[in-house]
Amino acid sequence: MDERKDGSARPSPLNFFPRQVVDASGNRWDWALLPIVFALLVLLAYGARQMATPYELGHEIPLSRDLSYLPYYLLRTTMRMFMALAASLVFSVVFAVLATRYRAMEKVLIPFLDILQSIPILGFLSITVTGFIALFPGSLLGVECAAIFAIFTSQAWNMAFSLYQSLKTVPAELQEAARVFQLSGWQRFWRLDLPYAMPALLWNMMMSMSGGWFFVVASEAISVSNQSIKLPGIGSYIAMAIEAKDLNAIGWAVGAMLIGVLLYDQLFFRPLLAWADKFRFEEIGGGQEQSSWLLTWLRRTEHLQRVPEVFSHALQRSNVWFKRQHDGTSIRSRNTPSSPLLTRAWDAVVAACVLIAVWQLVNFIHSAVGWTEVGHVFLLGFYTLVRVMVLIGLAALIWVPIGIGIGMNPRLSEKVQALAQFLAAFPANLLFPIFVVGIVHFQLNPNIWLSPLMIFGTQWYLLFNVIAGASTIPTELRYAARNLGLRGLLRWRRYLLPAVFPSFVTGAITASGGSWNASIVSEYVSWGNETLVATGIGSYIAEMTATGDFPRIALGIGVMCIYVMTLNQLLWRRLYKLSEDRMHF
Amino acid sequence: MTQAIVELKDVSKSFRSADGNPRLVLDDVDFTLRDREIVALLGQSGSGKSTLLRIMAGLIEADQGEVLYKGQPLYGPARGISMVFQSFALFPWLTVQQNIELGLEARGVSTEERERRAEQAIDLIGLSGFEGALPRELSGGMRQRVGIARALVVEPDVLLMDEAFSALDVLTGERLRDDILDLWEERTIPTRAILVVSHNIEEAVLMADRVLVFASDPGRVKYQMNINLPRPRDPNSPEIRGLMDEVYAVMTAGRVRSHKPHDAQGGVPGEGEVERLRLDERLPEADFSRMEGLLERLVDEPFNGRADLPYLGEETGLTDEELLPVADALALLDLAHLAGGDLSITALGQRYVAAEFAERQTMFGQQLLARVPLAAHIRHSLLQEPSGEVPLKPFLDLLSETLSAEEAQSVLDVVIEWGRHGEVYAYNYNTDMIQLPESEQAD
Repeated sequence: MDERKDGSARPSPLNFFPRQVVDASGNRWDWALLPIVFALLVLLAYGARQMATPYELGHEIPLSRDLSYLPYYLLRTTMRMFMALAASLVFSVVFAVLATRYRAMEKVLIPFLDILQSIPILGFLSITVTGFIALFPGSLLGVECAAIFAIFTSQAWNMAFSLYQSLKTVPAELQEAARVFQLSGWQRFWRLDLPYAMPALLWNMMMSMSGGWFFVVASEAISVSNQSIKLPGIGSYIAMAIEAKDLNAIGWAVGAMLIGVLLYDQLFFRPLLAWADKFRFEEIGGGQEQSSWLLTWLRRTEHLQRVPEVFSHALQRSNVWFKRQHDGTSIRSRNTPSSPLLTRAWDAVVAACVLIAVWQLVNFIHSAVGWTEVGHVFLLGFYTLVRVMVLIGLAALIWVPIGIGIGMNPRLSEKVQALAQFLAAFPANLLFPIFVVGIVHFQLNPNIWLSPLMIFGTQWYLLFNVIAGASTIPTELRYAARNLGLRGLLRWRRYLLPAVFPSFVTGAITASGGSWNASIVSEYVSWGNETLVATGIGSYIAEMTATGDFPRIALGIGVMCIYVMTLNQLLWRRLYKLSEDRMHF
Repeated sequence: MTQAIVELKDVSKSFRSADGNPRLVLDDVDFTLRDREIVALLGQSGSGKSTLLRIMAGLIEADQGEVLYKGQPLYGPARGISMVFQSFALFPWLTVQQNIELGLEARGVSTEERERRAEQAIDLIGLSGFEGALPRELSGGMRQRVGIARALVVEPDVLLMDEAFSALDVLTGERLRDDILDLWEERTIPTRAILVVSHNIEEAVLMADRVLVFASDPGRVKYQMNINLPRPRDPNSPEIRGLMDEVYAVMTAGRVRSHKPHDAQGGVPGEGEVERLRLDERLPEADFSRMEGLLERLVDEPFNGRADLPYLGEETGLTDEELLPVADALALLDLAHLAGGDLSITALGQRYVAAEFAERQTMFGQQLLARVPLAAHIRHSLLQEPSGEVPLKPFLDLLSETLSAEEAQSVLDVVIEWGRHGEVYAYNYNTDMIQLPESEQAD
């Protein structure tokens, strides 16, 4: 089928149609993409309608372990995750803009986010579920919102933090240029701040999506008032399969999840990454150009590609509405310095609130739980700490040499790095039941043998970071090392280990944070009606959540927060600073 | 009689240093930019000329004094004042056309009008055909053309150029300068005044109607020179070379203590000895290998011990930004003599060049202790310690009281490098301690 751009007449049936119809028919790429677009729209509409079906608390939602239901469950779960992602994006934008524009807000918001990051997700869920259900009486939407909120809490924090960091590090010259050319706040955000932050934001969105899968079981199988609600989705499917000890079903569910990940990776993230290539700020060294078949097709279409242009036109018009009304010569531009009295007053208010909160907390713990319990929980936290550090050490011993070996081999490193990233994104807890079967069968000690589960999903962060670090060792340094004949222990001490130290620290920080989070689901694993428990703070929190003992949940979460934040301050931040000061090229 | 477009009256600006003490960057500066004039600001790094430019652009507020634009006080960036940046400051995700239209879009100009004016600017500056290119596809010179077009398309009254050509190679920079001067002379652009901040003395003398030399610590106008020659100017003509010599002489003269700027009619100022440094004064940022290299070049043909600074710069390929600190350093250590824009080797310098490496080190160390009080103080404090080492931090604190944090650090970097070379003390990076040099350490 040939298309002639000049539209000259040629003998064909199309000649007999009116001009508009012929011209408006679009090119072959339009036709190729249309089915995909329609399919997505239909699926979205169907899923949305299902989300709002009528429901009363106490009713049983019909679920099935039949394989044919898997695609439908996959649709529901994916929809939830994307809605949570959208909410996370909005939250991140609001948070980052407030924190960067208002110093007073920054003092409060950043520590607040630090604390929120350290709270495990289960903590949020138990508190907010009742509230959401009350918001939408008579419909399933309330429970859906609770599930979406749970997923949101696993996605939002690193996106918000990354956006905040990007906004703070916009290059000074670009900021000055924006001011000199009279860009208003709105215009500056859309033309400078957001594009600059886009690559890091997209990367964090991808990480957030994979983080969401980790807690998909916990977020869809909710318990409230001692009743357990299972929303239709992959998480509930897996929960039911665990209860029924159906290993096959779990396998199929994991397969469905992989297909889902592949689909949204190709249809959503890859095109976005390829589009965001133009936002790459050059100083951040050359990454590879991402390509996406979907984006290339979209760009070749005639009509479909105009759809996104609607947004850019709307953006341009909004830029005109929100322009600056006056320039630097008007009295309105005069900077009134913020009165130090007001700043001190605000600081005092914040300090007072913190003191009151701490006082309430101490009171609450004293009355509801007692100090011996607190001591006990700290001890449990210590056990988990030992586990995390030992495991990271073991993982480092294994994966650092392997990572260096792979990283120095350019052909191998690209493939293995992509594989390691995928493994890091894979929710390892879906494979835990297999381990449980093994431990039960061989009568092993859960305290020792459940521990590797914590690092199972997070060790890949170590690996792919070390590979990335090893692959960026300058070639001249490698030649110099070979030339000087560095061998054996000397080679490791003076050359290889210091070279990959910064990337190792980055990987270790992520692995450590992920392991703490994972401790809740890896120290307390069930299979059928058997439960394996390892002594530690993760199992404590999981047990208390199962019995609904609210004060103890709060205590467990609080203690875990303290451990994570102290570890961050004392160990990881120092190591990171050391690697920044001494060991970068 | 010509109208003043931008006026600065008694403008002072301080920055807070690390421990809260204010540090004067600009001290009671008076400056006027008039209609139909190009003014160049010259000065060493840290002399406050960039701060002055940013005060005029409305990016920084002056602590004291008045800033007037067309007779009205200036509180922030004004519509009629545009700026061209040293590292181009282009938005990497916008095409050339979108970058140029940025200022117009911000003002709410309609799409058709924007496109028309951008096309005009693109043709004017020589970017035709590159409208859809992204900045990463362009060379440095092309990018700066985009920056200039972006600044000119909003039809500013004042164009500020913040070292606009220093990131470009010599040839490209010259071409761009000539293009801008053409636009200015033929009145193709409605711009009424241009302010050029630069490190390059030749550039300033070729472009400007008025050249101001800034002193540092604190920043004030040290010297002002009017140039009445018609443009385009020939860099090899005797008048231009004479003017350049004058500027070099002023810039390499010792620290001038008087309050108001000298005028060109008063003869060449600043001849004579370099006065003794204070303990916490800025040191020229020159590494000793360059110093030795320049000294050896000075002794060789064709200079034979005495060189005209601009000629020396051309022969060695050093830019003014690189050459002046090295010449300063040599004069400081009494290895050469700076006067009237010429560098001439001293007797000590001759001995230095003739000596072997070990003897050179000893001489360098001796001169360092004799002429740089900070180095002498470090050594003196070191000798008093029974352990043979003294921490660096107290010296950093001392310097931070009068200099900013980065300046204090760079002074320490220079004095440590020179001290290591002269073997008067050693420095341990890991422990941040000054130690006795290897040769004197007790075994």
